[in-house]
Amino acid sequence: MTDAVAGLHLKSISCTRGYRDLFTNLEFELCPGQVIRVEGKNGSGKTSLLRIMAGLAQPLEGEVLWQGRKIHHAESDYFQNLLFLGHRAAIKFELTPVENLCMAKSLHGSKTENGIEEALYQIGLYGFEDIPCAQLSAGQKRRVALAQLFLTQAKCWILDEPYTSLDVNAVSMLEGLFAKHLNNGGMLVITSHQPITIPAGEQRKLVLPNTQLEPLI
Amino acid sequence: MKLPAIVHKFSSPKNFYVMSGKMIPWFMWGFVLSLLVGLYYGLFVAPTDYQQGESYRIMYVHVPAAWMSMFIYMIMAVSAAVGLIWRIKTADLMASVSAPIGAAFTFLALVTGSLWGKPMWGTYWVWDARLTSELILLFLYLGFIALQAAIEEPRNAARAGAILLIVGVVNIPIIHYSVEWWSTLHQGATVAKFDKPSMHISMLIPLLVMATSFKLYYAASVLMRARSEILRREQNTRWVKEIIDNES
Amino acid sequence: MNASVQTPSTLSAFISLIKRDLMLSYRHRNELLNPLLFFVIVVTLFPLGVSPEKQLLQTMAPGVIWVAALLAAMLSLDTLFKSDYEDGTLEQIMLSPHSNALLVLAKIISHWLVTGVPIILLAPLLGLFMFLPGEGIITLMLTLLLGTPILSLVGAIGMALTLGLNRGGMLLSLLVLPLYIPVLIFSASAVDASMAGLEIKGQLYFLGALLVLSITLAPLAAATALKISVE
Repeated sequence: MTDAVAGLHLKSISCTRGYRDLFTNLEFELCPGQVIRVEGKNGSGKTSLLRIMAGLAQPLEGEVLWQGRKIHHAESDYFQNLLFLGHRAAIKFELTPVENLCMAKSLHGSKTENGIEEALYQIGLYGFEDIPCAQLSAGQKRRVALAQLFLTQAKCWILDEPYTSLDVNAVSMLEGLFAKHLNNGGMLVITSHQPITIPAGEQRKLVLPNTQLEPLI
Repeated sequence: MKLPAIVHKFSSPKNFYVMSGKMIPWFMWGFVLSLLVGLYYGLFVAPTDYQQGESYRIMYVHVPAAWMSMFIYMIMAVSAAVGLIWRIKTADLMASVSAPIGAAFTFLALVTGSLWGKPMWGTYWVWDARLTSELILLFLYLGFIALQAAIEEPRNAARAGAILLIVGVVNIPIIHYSVEWWSTLHQGATVAKFDKPSMHISMLIPLLVMATSFKLYYAASVLMRARSEILRREQNTRWVKEIIDNES
Repeated sequence: MNASVQTPSTLSAFISLIKRDLMLSYRHRNELLNPLLFFVIVVTLFPLGVSPEKQLLQTMAPGVIWVAALLAAMLSLDTLFKSDYEDGTLEQIMLSPHSNALLVLAKIISHWLVTGVPIILLAPLLGLFMFLPGEGIITLMLTLLLGTPILSLVGAIGMALTLGLNRGGMLLSLLVLPLYIPVLIFSASAVDASMAGLEIKGQLYFLGALLVLSITLAPLAAATALKISVE
């Protein structure tokens, strides 16, 4: 492929819900060190776009390329480099944070269990490792899911509303983590109804249903 | 594996709509003609059966209907697989619009089979291998129709339906074989009456004409259903709006 | 699916998924009783509804017990993917670099261990209720051992297709029960034959072949169906 992009490349993506168009001919590239903030009203297709980028949903038209290959042809390579966190946090209430993270790690290909305690410490759940998640608050459950960000080797993070039910401290800690990720050549796609201030990376925003990316200063 | 571009071009909803519009009258006339010929030869010309008398003549509806019930399921499975693999919209469409027709033929085969059963067995229903298989096939059709109806997003409905059809096609021979085996285990001889190792040519020809006629009917009606479904699904496109403007 | 991800880590993901599901089932162990109770109650209804006469019940036993097992297995499918679907775990499974079909197979195996195996273990009791002789009970357990995994595997496809639909439960039975027919026919007839002192190898081979076929194909079909359901 001549037009290989060292990251994610969306080629004329169109998406509908039912018979209604959400957006058409969306086209952009996401390269190492870049952030894209996806904005728009409720129902404008933010989550749909993120799910298409993650390969969970298929666009009506167009394709998503990872390192120049269609993601459905490069699934194992892409999925090793992808961390997608959706609205639903994939946290089992019956399991403890450590058990939850163990499962998440083994699903995503790493064998070891080390680092989990460290990640929980970093995310501010020190002392809650062995308590079933059912007994944690909404914000703490969210933190369990986000602790994966400390564990993953993935280059491309796609996060749908990661700030939901987090407090100010947690948000600023996350933003620090994003900055580190971007400085290491990571990529980030994020939606949020709260203001985002990431002190690093080349930042752009996409306001759906508008398909033009705008630079953020 | 890639399909040649011409396949995609021909199978685009617009081309399909235009082409099928031209084909439908031919199929329809062919159906009517062959139906008249087949019925005439089947009901008046073919000789009376030495064992069953006149009642065997229901075969001219029953057997082609039973053939169609299998044939349509196969068509659906093949076109659904094509739709799933190469993402051809009209192939998905063919599978979903064929289902009610297939179910109707299956139902017809069951009804005529049980009507035929009355003079032969003295009862409307016998747990005969073929009738039982046909009944299970009807369940498979109804399951497919119900699944399609339950999923709102048309694309997902098509893909889920395709998986069900493929699973069904793998299972049909297994189900058929096991029902056959079960039937011989439990009743043996009664089934054999249905199999006629040789059929006189004067009885066979009307049967084949009727089978052709049913296939033409299927072709015409499936295309008609597909056309109206295309208009519904593509209602927001320019070419559909043009057609509507021209006709109104 | 390249070679690098088929190495130990796929196996470890496979095993840890089985372990996790077993642990979750253990923490919800009272829910596991429901399909079993259903199994017992349905069989109990027959003597009450038909007649407690030994001869009659004995003739009906293989069919009745197997139909009840079929229905219990189908009802238990409800827990197979539902909680993973609702909390987003299923998405993460689909986004795993490991083969989805293998991970789905892991889920089916752990589901069978907690729903299929208890059905097999309960069967002798029901055989007793229905006056099955000793060899009949042994064959019943053998056919259940071969048959219940098929029910779980084939049922998983149906469950995957109807996941997330309103009124999915009724639809599931419409989709799955016709596909269960061959298992029912061969299993019930094997039990029948063994009571009559006949050879049952043929039926068992057939069930074995069905099991092999469904282990190979059903996880693939179920994984593809799940992809559609999470979309």
